[in-house]
Amino acid sequence: MTDNYEVKLEIFEGPLDLLIHLIHKNEVDIFDIPIATITDQYLEYLDMMKALNIDVAGDFLVMASTLVHIKSKMLLPAKEDEEKDPRIEITRPLLEYMRFKEIAEDLSDREILDRDVFSRRLSPEFLAQVKDEDPQLDVNLFQLMDAFKRIMEQRLPGAQFKLKLAQWSIKEKTEVIIALLKKKGSIFFHDVFDADRNVSELIVTFLALLELVHAGLVKVFQPDAKSEIRLIPSFDENGETTNGYRDKTAQIDD
Amino acid sequence: MGTETKPLKLMIEAFLFASDRPITANEIHSWLPDAALPDIRQSLEELLNDYGNMGRSFSLRQVAQGYQFRTKAEYAPYVLQMLKASPARLSRAALETLAIIAYKQPILRQEIERLRGVDVGGILRTLLEKNLIRIMGRKNLPGKPLIYGTTRRFLEVFDLKNINSLPKLKEIKGLVSNEEQTEPTSEEGFRTGEPGEEKTGTEQGQAGAETCPATED
Repeated sequence: MTDNYEVKLEIFEGPLDLLIHLIHKNEVDIFDIPIATITDQYLEYLDMMKALNIDVAGDFLVMASTLVHIKSKMLLPAKEDEEKDPRIEITRPLLEYMRFKEIAEDLSDREILDRDVFSRRLSPEFLAQVKDEDPQLDVNLFQLMDAFKRIMEQRLPGAQFKLKLAQWSIKEKTEVIIALLKKKGSIFFHDVFDADRNVSELIVTFLALLELVHAGLVKVFQPDAKSEIRLIPSFDENGETTNGYRDKTAQIDD
Repeated sequence: MGTETKPLKLMIEAFLFASDRPITANEIHSWLPDAALPDIRQSLEELLNDYGNMGRSFSLRQVAQGYQFRTKAEYAPYVLQMLKASPARLSRAALETLAIIAYKQPILRQEIERLRGVDVGGILRTLLEKNLIRIMGRKNLPGKPLIYGTTRRFLEVFDLKNINSLPKLKEIKGLVSNEEQTEPTSEEGFRTGEPGEEKTGTEQGQAGAETCPATED
């Protein structure tokens, strides 16, 4: 066991790959798999892997036992009430897998960026310069929490975090924030709390903001460490995030 | 340099020419607030046609909901020579995993592994590093497993206008079952959706409702 050769059997990355290979090799119909033949060949292959000192992944063994199980079921006379072909247990995952293999090939046939097609590249020098002029520090959750604490202290000195019956839902507040961003574009962190009158309202607004950041609809940054935190919208007018997904606000529930 | 207004179409062309990423009509509108969005869209449409008919080595493409100049595929070998780069490649395993995520998103790692029959931990890391997939949240299940989906970058790399422009998932023939065969479980419902069709909140809600904020590992 001292000589460990990494033999990469790329085509048999998993048990499904191996099965597909065997089905093709034997030129059999996937809907009528000769289970005894395929099972024997499958097990032979596993033996071969072991002989070559290739670590046989657990997935291969699970499939082996499934195959043997199906094979034994096929040998028994079918019961009256059992209409299902036992082979469906592997036919279905195989078909589904083959479908995604096909899609993967379709994807690979597309005009892939930086393989088939190329876009303009700005010079690194220029990009560095742009960065210097407009540094955008990413703001983490703790900085946001600190900023929120300061707002609480400014607006309501000495207030306690007492949660009362919510008059505002997070969903309502997310809508308020989105409307504000749509109207003004970029805003300061404290701007979102302008309309808030009490502790619970401030908290709901803050939670709504966190939801929006999480959903990728709002970006939070600081031009530099000392300046105020700013919020910028990252959705377009249809409420789509710039990530290309449909209105995330719809899935934010309170 | 005069300050008089330039033709809208040419201002937009300048943006497209100077940009290193796809730009959207809305972005152009934010840079040229005086121009009406329909006019911007009209100009983009014209530019698409202009460059399409010009017989150049590049054309204007609609990708990731934006517009971008891209060289044509037949010039790839020459561009690669200039860039002194080898073409970007993804392994077959990575492509298959990506295909599953694209069609089944939001999806858990264990569902991907069920479909592929192998561990996909390493592949997911590679795809995350390449910014082709992202963590969308965590599912409210024991262990709070991560939920994966594709990114805007995925659309850019694979020359897709938007997620709806993925080719239709083919039916599995001969296996008619009552279970989810061809219907995507996606929150976007993009398989059923016509481009631009409004998705209802509830459609997304069923998949999205169980998510809770993702935390960094």
